[in-house]
Amino acid sequence: MNNLLILPVVIPLVMGLLMVLFRKNITLQKIVSAASITATGAVAVLLMIQNDQDGIQTLQIGGWQAPFGITYAADMFSSLLLTTTSIVALSCLLFAFKTIGEERESYYFYPVFLFLITGVNGSFLTGDLFHLFVCFEVMLISSYVLLSLGGTRKQLRESVKYVLINLISSFLFLVGVAYIYAVVGTLNLADLSVKVAEAGQGGMLTAISLVFLIVFSLKAGLLLFFWLPGSYSAPPTAIAAVFAGLLTKVGMYAIFRLFTLVFYHEPQITHLLIGVLGAVTMVLGAIGAVAYGDIKKILTYNVIIGVGFIMAGLASMSIAGMTGSVFYLIHDMIIKALIFLIGGTIISLTGTSKLEDMSGLIRTHPYLGWMFFTAALALAGIPPLSGFLGKVFITQGTFEAEYYWLGGIGLLTSLLVLYSIMKIFMNAFWGETYLSEEMEKGSTKGIMVPIALLTGLAVLLGVGAEGISSYVNLAAEGLMNPELYIKAVFGE
Amino acid sequence: METLMSILIGLFFAIGTYLILTKTLLRIILGTSIISHGVHLLILTMGGVKAGGPPLLGFEEITFTDPIPQALILTAIVINFATTALFLVLSYRAYKVIGTDNTEKMRGNEDE
Repeated sequence: MNNLLILPVVIPLVMGLLMVLFRKNITLQKIVSAASITATGAVAVLLMIQNDQDGIQTLQIGGWQAPFGITYAADMFSSLLLTTTSIVALSCLLFAFKTIGEERESYYFYPVFLFLITGVNGSFLTGDLFHLFVCFEVMLISSYVLLSLGGTRKQLRESVKYVLINLISSFLFLVGVAYIYAVVGTLNLADLSVKVAEAGQGGMLTAISLVFLIVFSLKAGLLLFFWLPGSYSAPPTAIAAVFAGLLTKVGMYAIFRLFTLVFYHEPQITHLLIGVLGAVTMVLGAIGAVAYGDIKKILTYNVIIGVGFIMAGLASMSIAGMTGSVFYLIHDMIIKALIFLIGGTIISLTGTSKLEDMSGLIRTHPYLGWMFFTAALALAGIPPLSGFLGKVFITQGTFEAEYYWLGGIGLLTSLLVLYSIMKIFMNAFWGETYLSEEMEKGSTKGIMVPIALLTGLAVLLGVGAEGISSYVNLAAEGLMNPELYIKAVFGE
Repeated sequence: METLMSILIGLFFAIGTYLILTKTLLRIILGTSIISHGVHLLILTMGGVKAGGPPLLGFEEITFTDPIPQALILTAIVINFATTALFLVLSYRAYKVIGTDNTEKMRGNEDE
């Protein structure tokens, strides 16, 4: 029992509710929202330290013991993602302070932002399948609001599609919950793991696991990503960056949790399928990223490539692959938020998202340019930046599992990622400078802080990888040994 | 009873799918609503439709109805109620701003 676990959910929820009361007081909302996210970050770091010393932390809510009540469980994987979530959210929030505009602020932007974080944190912490559904819904409903807030034509058009897709995937989630309850008779993840292992994962359970795979693939953008490029390019930069950094990652987390804790008995069916889906996703994403000449489109397709690559680590089901996936997941959250923030800044400076209409920003904005260059190298996995280690381990994992094709596709798409992102750098920053500072549509005043913060973190994560590698190894070990999680939840 | 329920659920899913595949926004929302009813019935059926006593301590019944699916449905209904309301408002606003409720005319990538 550890009451600390409830805080990452309760702090943003209660603070968000309180902030609804103070609609007019924007300054107060800014301070409170930044403070609450910092506080959840501090709790997450504390949890990480406790995980390191005493193993997995659990909380049986209301004192109801494990299979009957709702369990919260934080293993190292959850705590690492929680910490990263807080950092990414805080950076996007700082960016939003300067860019989101008064109209959105007075229509509950900050409370809804905190509700989104509530849902994300809850999804990372919960040990109950139905509670996972509830947390997903909290996150999704907030994301519907954030996506449509402002009400421009493009936003409304994309929100309608986004809401419909997510409603359908929520229904499928419930269908999966109903099926698994009928077959196994429990919804607690640890209990599910025990019972599935006892009964053996037969055809029925494998089929149910595939229903869940479809659901979470829709959320994560694994192959079923057709909704993603549209809806991620509609909202303002700060919101798009949060979506790119957090939302797909929650879907990926759910796939990891379910297919390492519960449905790990038939890897030649489920995990191979995940690998194939990942490979197809990488190829399609790379084609999209190379084909378009529009910053927003290139960046959203890079999100898709990242999803496929992380799933390759899961498909390998080896300790190296898992380590790589955890590492790359953390890196991906930071770097996707970062490139979305920089991309959005470029668009607000030039007033266009078309690459052919911009050039030479490096003279007027050298810091922005070099930070984008650093981010681009980190994204492509150039040592010593943050993407490198994850790539090495995932590739090693796929080779160990003898999925050479998967590792090969992963490496090949890295090159295309580098090409697509360098295309932005060359077009936007190099070349003739014809946009003087007076002619620019926006300014970078005050928004360099979050960008610099994330860039610094991307560099630090690569150079100082030694510092967190013990944490990442612990997370990967936890994923590979479901009995640790079960033991912690049942408190033996 | 379970067989009958399954047929009913299948019917709900079929009608909902048909409605979602049409082009009018309102019909699509009604479709999601009907599918959600199908899903709720599915959860109920999967818990086992038993004619038994209430699941309370002190009652000496041998068969009792499983309370978990009912709790799940209650939560799911509330969430679905909220999302449907939000979806309706969003669609109405989209209809006002875009000027059409035909999904065919809502595609396209023009920049505003």
